[in-house]
Amino acid sequence: MVTKLIILAVIVLGVIAIAQLMRVYEISSKLRNNNEAEISSGDNKLNANLMLLFMIALFGGFIWLMLTYGWTGRGDSASVHGNEIDWLLNLNFIIIVAVFFITNALLFVFAFKYVRKPGVPAFYYPHNNKLEMLWTVTPAVVLAVIIILGLKTWNETTADAEVESIRVELFSKQFDWTARYSGVDNTLGKFDYKLTTDNNEMAILTSNTIDTAIHQMENGAMGIKTLEDKLNNEHLMLAPADREAMLDDLNRKNKLVRLLYQMKGRHDSKLDAQAWDDFIQKDTLYLCKNKEYEFNFRSKDVIHSAYFPNFRAQMNTVPGMTTRFKFIPNVSTAEMRGKKNNPDFNYVLLCNKICGGAHYKMKMMVVVMEEADYKKWEDSKLTQTFRDKYFASAAAPVEEVTEAVEAVEVEEVVEQH
Amino acid sequence: MAVVAHEAHGHHDSHDHHEESFVSKYIFSQDHKMIGKQFLMTAVFMGVVAMLLSILFRIQLAWPGESSDFVSFFLGDEWAPGGVMKEDMYLGLVTIHGTIMVFFLLTGGLSGTFSNLLIPLQIGARDMASGFLNMLSYWFFFLSSIIMLASLFVESGPAMSGWTVYPPLSALPQAVSGSGLGMTLWLFSMAIFIASSLIGSLNYIVTVLNLRTKGMAMTKLPLTIWAFFITAIIGVLSFPVLFSAALLLIMDRMAGTSFYLSDIIVGGEMLTQHGGSPLLYQHLFWFLGHPEVYIVLIPALGLSSEIISTNSRKPIFGYRAMIGSILAIAFLSFIVWAHHMFVTGMNPFLGSVFVFTTLLIAIPSAVKVFNYITTLWRGSIIFTPAMLFTIGLVSTFITGGVTGIILADAALDITVHDTYFVVAHFHVVMGLSAVFGMFAGVYHWFPKMFGRMMNTRMGYVHFWITIVGAYGVFFPMHFVGLAGAPRRYYDYSVYQDFDIESFNLMLDLNVIITMFAIMAALGQLIFLFNFFYSIFRGPKAVQNPWRSNTLEWTTPVEHVHGNWPGELPTVHRWPYDYSKPGSDVDFIPQNVPLKEGEEEH
Repeated sequence: MVTKLIILAVIVLGVIAIAQLMRVYEISSKLRNNNEAEISSGDNKLNANLMLLFMIALFGGFIWLMLTYGWTGRGDSASVHGNEIDWLLNLNFIIIVAVFFITNALLFVFAFKYVRKPGVPAFYYPHNNKLEMLWTVTPAVVLAVIIILGLKTWNETTADAEVESIRVELFSKQFDWTARYSGVDNTLGKFDYKLTTDNNEMAILTSNTIDTAIHQMENGAMGIKTLEDKLNNEHLMLAPADREAMLDDLNRKNKLVRLLYQMKGRHDSKLDAQAWDDFIQKDTLYLCKNKEYEFNFRSKDVIHSAYFPNFRAQMNTVPGMTTRFKFIPNVSTAEMRGKKNNPDFNYVLLCNKICGGAHYKMKMMVVVMEEADYKKWEDSKLTQTFRDKYFASAAAPVEEVTEAVEAVEVEEVVEQH
Repeated sequence: MAVVAHEAHGHHDSHDHHEESFVSKYIFSQDHKMIGKQFLMTAVFMGVVAMLLSILFRIQLAWPGESSDFVSFFLGDEWAPGGVMKEDMYLGLVTIHGTIMVFFLLTGGLSGTFSNLLIPLQIGARDMASGFLNMLSYWFFFLSSIIMLASLFVESGPAMSGWTVYPPLSALPQAVSGSGLGMTLWLFSMAIFIASSLIGSLNYIVTVLNLRTKGMAMTKLPLTIWAFFITAIIGVLSFPVLFSAALLLIMDRMAGTSFYLSDIIVGGEMLTQHGGSPLLYQHLFWFLGHPEVYIVLIPALGLSSEIISTNSRKPIFGYRAMIGSILAIAFLSFIVWAHHMFVTGMNPFLGSVFVFTTLLIAIPSAVKVFNYITTLWRGSIIFTPAMLFTIGLVSTFITGGVTGIILADAALDITVHDTYFVVAHFHVVMGLSAVFGMFAGVYHWFPKMFGRMMNTRMGYVHFWITIVGAYGVFFPMHFVGLAGAPRRYYDYSVYQDFDIESFNLMLDLNVIITMFAIMAALGQLIFLFNFFYSIFRGPKAVQNPWRSNTLEWTTPVEHVHGNWPGELPTVHRWPYDYSKPGSDVDFIPQNVPLKEGEEEH
C-alpha cells in the first residue's frame, strides 16, 4: 500500500513540476514574442543534425544486433526443405536489408541536407514520369524474381508426400501433443471424435472401439442410464439449473449415441486392421534421419499449431479437419548437438497458435536418430500396438449393446409418429 | 445542386447567431469539428489504456515470474497474486491491447478524428452531409469503447483469444475463462464499433462526392482527402464482412449453431456440433482484417503527404502517382487476405495465388516511399514536430514494409509465421507508421482544432524519445522472432529444456525491448501534458501558422458554425503550389486565382 502511495505521489509531483517549468517557459517565450509556428534556424539545424545522428545510430544498432544475435538467429536447419528455405530467406534478406539501408539513408540524408537555409528556395519539382516509371519497374522486376523463387520452394514444400513416406499422426489438445505411428502397414487407422473414451483418447475407429464408446455413453459414470435415473428419481432434489444442465447433457448424449449406432451400422470391420498395428507415443517424437515423414495433424479442442522451428516446418491443427505437412529430417540430434557444441540441445515441437492459459508450455521433444537406432526403437514399440495395448482380448458387453439398439430403434419409431 | 442548397443553408446559419447550450455544443454536437475532437479525446484515452496494458505484459516478458509492484497496482490480487500476473490475464492483456490499438486508436481515432475535421474544411463544405449521422457515429464509437473497457473488469476476465479471436478458442468458455462474458462483451462492442465505422464512412463518401466547393475537382483534392475517401470506401466494403463473422460467432456461442465448430471435445464435454470450419472464420475475419491494415495506414499516409509537402515548401512529388498508388493499394488490399493463412490448413495452391497478389502491393508502396523522398530532395525543410513525425513515418513504413516481403512469401512464412517476427513487422509498418501519422496530424492541425499552438520544444523531445523508443522496441523484436520465439507466450521458460542458447537470447532481448518500451511510454507523458496544457494555455494561433495552401487555413481561428463566415471559397488551383517559380511568396493557397498566363501545375 505504501509503495502504491509513493507511486501516486511521484506521478502527481512530476506533473506539478512540469507544469511549473511550462509556466516559466511560457513567460520567457512571451517575452521573445514566440508563437510556436516560427521554427528558428537553430532548432531546424539541431533537428537536421539529429536526423543524421539518428540514422547512424539506427544503422549501427542494426549491425550490432546482426553481429551479436546472428543473421537469422536460430541456427542451421535440420531438414532437406529447410535448407532450401534458409537459402531463399538469406537471398530475400540480402535484398530487403539493402533496400532498408539505401532508402532510409536517402530519407535521413535528404532531411539533413535540405534543411531550410536562408535565401535558398525550394526547387519546384512536381513530377517526372521517367523517374516514377523507374521506381515502378525496378521493384516489379525484383519482386518477379522473389515471387518465382518463392513459389517454386512453396510448391515443392507443400506437394503431396511420396507414397512410401512414413505416416505419423500428431494429435493436439490443451496442452500436450500425442503422436500415433502408422505401424507396419504404414496406414493410419481411421478415427472419429465420438469414439473418445478413457482408454481410446485418440478416438481410433475399430469395431471394438465403437462398441466401447456406445457402452460408455449408455452405461458410463455419467451415461444416459445414470442421467435418466437421476432425472426420474422422485426422491432426488435437484436445483432447476442443475436439472436443466442434466437434461442438456442427456439430449446431447442421446444424439451422440444415435450417431454411434449409425456408425456401427456402416462400419466395415475390414478396416480394423489398419488401426491395430498403430502405436501411440507420448512426450517425445522419434524420427529417423533421411526418411520422409508425412504428418497428419488433428486437434481435439481448439486450434493449435505444430511448429518445428529447427525443421522449418509449421502447420495449424484444426478441429474437424486433418491438415498435413511433410519433411525429411537430415541432421540427427547427436549431430546437431555436436554442431551447436551443446550436449543438452534437443529438437522440439511447440504449439504456435494461442490455445489457452498454458499455451506456452505445450511442447513435445523431438529426437532424430540414425536408421539402426530408429529400427531398434520401432521394434520395441511394435509390441505395444493399439491392439496389444487396448483390445487384445477386449470383449465389449455384447448383450447390453443389442438391447440398447432396440431401445433406440423404438424411440426413433415413436419420434417419427 | 446540392452544393448550392447547402450554401444557402450555411448563409442562413451565419446570420442567425443563436447561443448553443452546453449539451448541444460539447456533448451531442453535430458540428464536424467538435465531433472530430470528441473522437480524438476518446481515442487518446483508449490509446493510453492500451499502452498501459502493453507495459504490463512487457514487464512479465522481461522479468518472468518476478513480483512487480507496478503490475500488482493495476491488476490487484485477483489477477496478479503476489505481483505476478496470471497466465490467463497475460492473454487478456495481449488481446485487449491489440483490439484497442487496431480498432479504437488507429481506426476510430485516426480516421474518425481527421476525416471529420478535415473533409469539410479541405473540400470547402459547411459541414458533413449528415450532421446527425456523424453524431451517431461518434456515440456508437463511444458506447463500444465503454463496453470494451468494461470487459476488462469482468470477473472471468476479458477476451483472451488474441485480437483475431479465432474460434473455437473464442467460442468455448470451457477452453479459456475469457471466452465467457468477456468474449460476449468483446463481440457486442465490436458489433457496435462496426456500425459506428459504417455510418461514419458512408457520411465521408457522400460528403466528398457531393459537397466539394466550386472549382474543387477530384484532381484538385488534397491527398489527405483522397486518403480519407478511399479509406471510407474500403471500410464500407470490408467491415460488414467482419460483422457477419462476429454474428456467426455470436450464434455459435449462444444458439448452438456450428458455423465454426466441428468435432470438439473440450473440458471433458463432447460437443455435438459437426461440419463447421474454423477456417471460415479466418477467411471472413481477414477479409476485413487485411483491408483494415490499410484503413489504418492510408489516412496516415494522406496526412503525411500534406505535411511533408507543406514543410518541405515543395509540391508533393507525383501527385497523380500518389492517387494512383492509393487506389492500387486499396484494390489489392481486398485480394490478399489469405496471406495470413498460409499454414492454417488452407489449400497450398490458393496460398500461392495470395503470394502473388500480396507481393504486388510492394510496388505502389515503393512508389509512395520514393515520392516522399523525392519531395524532400532540394526542399527547404522546416522541422516542425509534425514534420519530424512524418519523416519518422516514412522511415517506419520502409523498415516495416521490407519485412513484409519475407512474410508474404509463403515458403518463408512457414518458419516465421506467428513468431515475434510477425509482431515486429506489423507493429513497425502499421502500428508505428499510423501512430506517427496520427501524432503528425495532431501537431499539425492542433491550431485548427483548438485555436492554440502546442509547444514545439516539447514536441521535439516527444518525437526523439518516441522514435528511439519505437525502434528500440521493435528492432530487437525481429531477432527474437527469427530465433523462433512464438508470440503470445507467457514466458519462454520452455526453451530452457532443450535450447538454453535461444532461451538466453530471447530473455536478453526481451529485457532490452521492455526497457525501451517503458522509455517510450514515459515519453508519451510529455505529449499528453503538452496536448492538454496547450488546449487551455497554449499561445493563440494565427490563421495560417504553417503557411499552407489548403482551404482549412482560410477559415477564421475562432470556430464558426458553417466554417466560413461569408461565402464558401472558390478553388482555382491544386493544393501544392509551394515555391512556384514566378511567385513572390513560397505558397499560393488554393483559393487564389491563377495569374494571367500562369500555368497550372
